[in-house]
Amino acid sequence: MSTRLEVRKTYKLFIGGAFPRSESGRTYEVHDAKGGFLANAALASRKDARDAVKAARAAQPGWAGATAYNRGQVLYRVAELLEGRRDQFAAEVAAGEGLRAKEAEAVVSAAVDRWVWYAGWTDKVAQVAGAANPVAGPYFNLSVPEPTGVVGVLAPQRSSLLGLVSVLAPVLVTGNTAVVLSSTDRPLPAITLSEVLATSDVPKGVVNILTGRVAEVAPHLVGHMDVNAVDLSGSVGADGVSWADLEATAADTVKRVVRPAADTEPDWTAVPDGPRRILAFTETKTVWHPKGI
Amino acid sequence: MSIFEYAPAPESRAVVDIASSYGLFIDGQFADAADGAVLKTLNPATEEVLAEIAVGGESDVDRAVRAARRAHEKVWGPMPGSERAKYLFRIARLLAERSREFAVLETLDNGKPIRESRDVDVPTAAAHFFYYAGWADKLEHAGLGRDPRPHGVAAQVIPWNFPLLMLAWKVAPALAAGNTVVLKPAETTPLTALLFADLLRQAELPPGVVNIVTGARETGSFLVNHPGVDKIAFTGSTPVGKRIAREVAGSRKSLTLELGGKAANIVFDDAPVDQAIEGIVNGIFFNQGQVCCAGSRLLVQESVAEEVVERLKARLSTLRVGDPMDKNTDVGAVNSAQQLERITRITDTGAVEGATRWSAPCELPDRGYWFAPTVFTDVSTAHTIAREEIFGPVLSVLTFRTPAEAVAKANNTPYGLSAGIWTEKGSRILWMADQLRAGVVWANTFNRFDPTSPFGGYKESGYGREGGRHGLAAYLQEGAL
Repeated sequence: MSTRLEVRKTYKLFIGGAFPRSESGRTYEVHDAKGGFLANAALASRKDARDAVKAARAAQPGWAGATAYNRGQVLYRVAELLEGRRDQFAAEVAAGEGLRAKEAEAVVSAAVDRWVWYAGWTDKVAQVAGAANPVAGPYFNLSVPEPTGVVGVLAPQRSSLLGLVSVLAPVLVTGNTAVVLSSTDRPLPAITLSEVLATSDVPKGVVNILTGRVAEVAPHLVGHMDVNAVDLSGSVGADGVSWADLEATAADTVKRVVRPAADTEPDWTAVPDGPRRILAFTETKTVWHPKGI
Repeated sequence: MSIFEYAPAPESRAVVDIASSYGLFIDGQFADAADGAVLKTLNPATEEVLAEIAVGGESDVDRAVRAARRAHEKVWGPMPGSERAKYLFRIARLLAERSREFAVLETLDNGKPIRESRDVDVPTAAAHFFYYAGWADKLEHAGLGRDPRPHGVAAQVIPWNFPLLMLAWKVAPALAAGNTVVLKPAETTPLTALLFADLLRQAELPPGVVNIVTGARETGSFLVNHPGVDKIAFTGSTPVGKRIAREVAGSRKSLTLELGGKAANIVFDDAPVDQAIEGIVNGIFFNQGQVCCAGSRLLVQESVAEEVVERLKARLSTLRVGDPMDKNTDVGAVNSAQQLERITRITDTGAVEGATRWSAPCELPDRGYWFAPTVFTDVSTAHTIAREEIFGPVLSVLTFRTPAEAVAKANNTPYGLSAGIWTEKGSRILWMADQLRAGVVWANTFNRFDPTSPFGGYKESGYGREGGRHGLAAYLQEGAL
């Protein structure tokens, strides 16, 4: 009795809601924790990054202009589909990170729960971070958080699903759009996540995911004039990447920079202690108007 | 040329004592710079020398940072918030008590009209201390964590346009949050900071909690680059802000920046014209236009452009430009020869590039640094005067037809500090406020500031906010995100 040959997935980039190969035509080998061949992933180029930023910028006004309720519903739907595909994710996480089945299951559960937690924040951030300011004069004065715009995210190198979700979801809550550079060695859960995003009412361009070498692509993302903020978490443990250099590059365009928490990857299982990661990608706008008859 | 002839109404200098020279205020004492370096600070309205001040060198900065560190570890850090609060309340009250002294000194050193120092700068500075005093023992309720910790030693570099007010914006929240401070006042306006040191003596603030190191650009550089500093707060130009951000990269020092701006003041056809004119005038001629959030671009709806510009010119012709110490003066002196050169240079490009220049007819004194209020019409978005921050009393007028066009033009800048909207329609105010990429939006008003109201920019106008609950965030450690 011959065993059936499986049909392997082709892993491509996720830009503007579509799955293109890298414009450079390049790929690289992805291995499991034991060194066995898993797949060829697209090796993203500078131009792919620029195309992704363009798609993210185009999508940003629409995503930010959606009501908070709508964004919450869309993000929740992502969690629904993540849950539905949990076996696929568990298999990819187990293979890529060298986890036993039970551990991988726990990681996927935590990732789904993390996403649900963030989905519930969309219509609450403004209440927690906004303020009616009691100015010393007859003025209406209100401060509100707004999304900063397009955010470049370097996803964690080791935690390829839970870490990824932990840095991506908070960016989207208030209406930012994202260009994500996945873990170089463990990119597959990111692309499977793209498939979830593509089928869950997330407008195209809101999330764009590039796989490849962080050292090659990150400087272009961090130096790009139309990117408003960057999360440098994924520079920890990435070959040839100095987050200090990236932060210096970001200075030229006064980007908002979220530094890696430490020089080793944090434990992503810890539940966030508040919305600070969401607020790191917001701007506070304060509006005044005189009161009078 | 004024319509009404006013008799002079000079404020007296006698209320303030200016020493002939000042040292650096480190660890509660004044001392000369280690290498004896000094520079002179002038009255920009008369070019007279007001005093000699010390120029802090590398070892002076080091001494100040060490003093701040010791004070943080031994005194200010362990002190309960409720006690810190009482020091800040004392400072607020002393500033209110000595407000006349501070106002006169500010006008002499900066060149701004005494009415502004007296009615805006000094009272608002006192209010900042009063507001942040009350936060010192309530930090766990600020929405920034259950037990938020200060950074430690805060290095603060402030500009010359609102010397005392910028000092208050920086020092008050830093101390309330439990940090100690090394402050570097601007080179041309050190005097109110040095008088503030005397006020701290009266308040009996423990030595080392606030250190004031005067000097020039290099002094600021030593301070920002000192490894013993945990947090940096900078207000100044965008190019210098970028340089600081580059220098800080990788160090894990916390950084907030308040940089330049090129704000659009947008006037719709249904705006109440008289109020709008006052708002435009305030927007660009308050403080001689030397304000980061100045409304330096007037975007006026085409159908009312001619009327607005005509009435604006008439109003500008009534502004009194002259002796800042005269209580009738509306527009004072430009802060320095260097600033005057910059304003002149950029303004000169206006006519060269094809805009039409008009200046208010006024007699400028022959000594001092003066620039007549100037308006350019026929300005295109590509002109230098429409793109670069002039930081002087120069307004560029552009037109628009639709709200969407106003938004597009207003947002078409790397800056994003402030914006103004003038219209009677409420829903349009709220829609415009949503669309404008600016940290502060003034609707049917302009240049309003308050210690409870967060102030700061989008994009290249910087990051972080000063004022309000949000202003505390800069001075407390973030904790795990």
